[in-house]
Amino acid sequence: MSQDTGRELGGYRSYITGYVIALVLSAASFWVAMGGALSGWSVFAVLAVLALVQILVHLKFFLHLGLKTEKGRFDMLTLAFTTLVLVMVVGLSVWIIYASNAVMMG
Amino acid sequence: MSQTNSSASSDFDKDMSEEKVFGTEPNHGGHDHPQSIEFGFWLYLMTDCLLFASFFATYAVLFMNTAGAPGGAELFDPKLVMAETGLLLTSTMTFGFAMVEARRCARTQAGTGKVLLWLGVTFLLGAGFVALEVHEFSGLIADGYGPDRSAFLSSFFALVGLHGLHVTAGLIWILFMIFEVKIKGTGGRTLTRLGRLGLFWHFLDLVWVSVFTFVYLFGVAQ
Repeated sequence: MSQDTGRELGGYRSYITGYVIALVLSAASFWVAMGGALSGWSVFAVLAVLALVQILVHLKFFLHLGLKTEKGRFDMLTLAFTTLVLVMVVGLSVWIIYASNAVMMG
Repeated sequence: MSQTNSSASSDFDKDMSEEKVFGTEPNHGGHDHPQSIEFGFWLYLMTDCLLFASFFATYAVLFMNTAGAPGGAELFDPKLVMAETGLLLTSTMTFGFAMVEARRCARTQAGTGKVLLWLGVTFLLGAGFVALEVHEFSGLIADGYGPDRSAFLSSFFALVGLHGLHVTAGLIWILFMIFEVKIKGTGGRTLTRLGRLGLFWHFLDLVWVSVFTFVYLFGVAQ
C-alpha cells in the first residue's frame, strides 16, 4: 500500500454517479443549444453555467479532487492558481478585443 | 461487488491515516515517492490547462473573422459532436473501472483480465472519438473550409486539433499500459503509472466539456 498516491479514491459507484450526472448535464447543454426553447443571451449564459457545473462534477467524481489529504490541498491550491491565470488570459483577451471592436465600429 | 469495494476502501483509508504527511517523509528524496510523482504530473496538467486557455483565448478573439466563409452555425454538425461527447465521456468512466480493478489486483493478487478488458474498451472508445474528429476535419477540408480559409477556421482547427492530438497521445499511452499490465501485472510502479494516465484521460474529457460548449454549442446557438 506504500505505493498508493494519496488521491481520494472511489470505487465503481463514484465513476457511475459522475457518469450519469455528466451525461444529464451534457444532454441538457445540447438540448438548450439545439432545441430553441431559449433565445438571445440567456442561451449562452445557461450553456456556460451547465459547462461550469459539469467541470466541477468531473473534478469531484473522476479526478477525485478533495481537501481531506495534504496532497489534495496542494492539488486544489495549484488548481485555484491555474484558474486565476486562465480567467485572466481568456477573460481579459475577450474584454480587450470586444472593447476595441466597439471603438472601431462605433 | 459493492461490498468488496467498501471493505477495500476502508482498508485504504486506514492505510492513508498511517501514511506520513506529504513531502516530509525522511527516507525519500522526493523523486521516488508516488505522491510526489503524481503531484508533479498534476502540475504538468495545470500547465497544459494554460496552453489550452491560450488557444481558447485565441479562438474567442478570432471566431467572428470568417473572411466571407460560413461560420460555426453553418459548418458544425451537432449530432457528430454529440456522438463524440458520448464516446469520450463513456471512455472516462471505463478508465475509472480499469483503475478500480487495477487497485483490486494490486491488493489481492487477482488476475489482470478485467483491467485489460476495461483498458481495451477505453482504447476503442477513444479511437472512435479520434475517428469522428478526423472524419469532421477531412469533410471540412474537402469542402474548401480548411484552416487556411479564415482566421475563424485557423483557430478552430488549432484548438480542436490540439485536443485531438492530446487524445491521440493518450491512446498511444493506453496501448503501452495494456502491454505493461499484461507483462508485469499491476505491481507498484505500474499502478502509479496507470494513475497518472487516468489523470491525463479524465483531464482531457474535462477540456472537451469546454470545447463542445464554448466552440460547438456557442457556434450552433449563434
